[in-house]
Amino acid sequence: MNRTALLIRLSPWLFTIGLFVVWEAAVHIFKIPVFFLPPPTAIAQAFVDYAGPLARNSWITLQTTLIGFALAVGFGLLLGLVVGWSRAIYAGLYPLMIGFNAIPKVALVPILVLWFGIGFIPAVLTAFLISFFPIVVNVATGLATIEPELEDVLKALGASKLDIMRKVGIPRTLPYFFGSLKVAITLAFVGSVISESVASNYGIGNLMLQAQAQFQVPLIFAGLVVLAVEGIAMYAAMAILERRMTGWAQRSGFAQA
Amino acid sequence: MSAFVTLDGVDHAYAGAGSALAVEGLSIAVEQGEFAAVVGPSGCGKSTLMKLATGLQFPRSGSVTVAGAQVKASVKIAGMAFQAPTLLPWRTTLENLMLPLEIVEPYRSEMRRRRAEFRERAEKLLASVGLSGQGNKFPWELSGGMQQRASLCRALIHQPQLLMLDEPFGALDAFTREELWCVIRDLQAASKITVILVTHDLREAVFLADRVFVMSSRPGRIVVERKIDLPRPRDLEVTFTPAFTDIVHELRGHIVKARQ
Repeated sequence: MNRTALLIRLSPWLFTIGLFVVWEAAVHIFKIPVFFLPPPTAIAQAFVDYAGPLARNSWITLQTTLIGFALAVGFGLLLGLVVGWSRAIYAGLYPLMIGFNAIPKVALVPILVLWFGIGFIPAVLTAFLISFFPIVVNVATGLATIEPELEDVLKALGASKLDIMRKVGIPRTLPYFFGSLKVAITLAFVGSVISESVASNYGIGNLMLQAQAQFQVPLIFAGLVVLAVEGIAMYAAMAILERRMTGWAQRSGFAQA
Repeated sequence: MSAFVTLDGVDHAYAGAGSALAVEGLSIAVEQGEFAAVVGPSGCGKSTLMKLATGLQFPRSGSVTVAGAQVKASVKIAGMAFQAPTLLPWRTTLENLMLPLEIVEPYRSEMRRRRAEFRERAEKLLASVGLSGQGNKFPWELSGGMQQRASLCRALIHQPQLLMLDEPFGALDAFTREELWCVIRDLQAASKITVILVTHDLREAVFLADRVFVMSSRPGRIVVERKIDLPRPRDLEVTFTPAFTDIVHELRGHIVKARQ
């Protein structure tokens, strides 16, 4: 490995450590009180002091998010295929979906609580509702952009719509689909944490709310760090999955250049 | 016996185009085993002719017959190739060639049983256009000319009786294009398949075709039919002979008139 490649490998770690160093220094230099902005060392201390609750609640949040996300993948894929299948369905559903997507999902939490009570289910559903949209749009776009010439070639051979879907539509949609998972998983975290902080007794969102009530500011920030780490890990998992499944679509050197 | 592909007094307009006709009073007859070329100003409805002859579109009036039968559904005995190779990037070249066999009967239902045999056929076809051993490469690992060769093979894999080519060499550089002319010439000479080539390259039309049809500007119809009696087999050298240039020149005159 040459020097540049090594530098690029290390660069994310250097930047992350750099951020914490600057943060720590700034807090000390400007004498910022801990209850306003705790330094990274205080946050680390909170991790030690509250290791149990943090671990328990972050596990709950991760579960909630992943279940909501799994629902979103299933439903999003299905709806995307349906929407991409027919122009009439596309035209009919699109405004509805745009409208639904425009609603801030936090506004739905009270309704979900009304239906299901506070706790696990509203959080899962919020994660689901917030994250299925990009999957639908991407899958439908992939289907809608099949080259018309290729469609002609197959139709002239007597291919049915289902044939074209199976042989061309679905494979060519996969890069769009896996690309959308990276966006969707991040949104799913947003959804579950929103619901946890509004209407739950568990999860990182709830833990942060309680920490705020008790003025344990370093613990609030520890919650943020947990969310960031979980978010990065899941994003990375999706990116690896994407590369594994659709290597043929990522042959361009552009992104690496 | 009537011709292999016949369009008789065909009017056609696309849905949504209102009453603006794409072709009007279009009549053309191509004999079995003949190489026909259709030339004309751009937008004259050449591609519409292709869609009508393959059953992708049906005429508003007039009749289309292929192989003795009125065209009422897609014509499965036809293979098609276009300006863009439209190969699937997630399939290897060989798998791309197999695609029509996965669609069209009787191959479709025999796919599982005769896969090895079909692969062999695809490999042979690739070899015949100078792509032997390239079957395991992905299309994006091939040059533009090689992709277009593969696209031709895909059009021929199900042993169609009619080959429809819509400006198949339009996107290639001049040398590659002339190479592919020879590929097509040899394929047609070997198989005696009926070919309808739509192009705006007059030299291409004259070099390859037995007859050249000139279309008028939209709404398109045939204004001139020119028999090309240059002897076969034709060598690329023929394109530099006076007889050849005279025909090209003459056709050019018709096109200029057709555009007015």
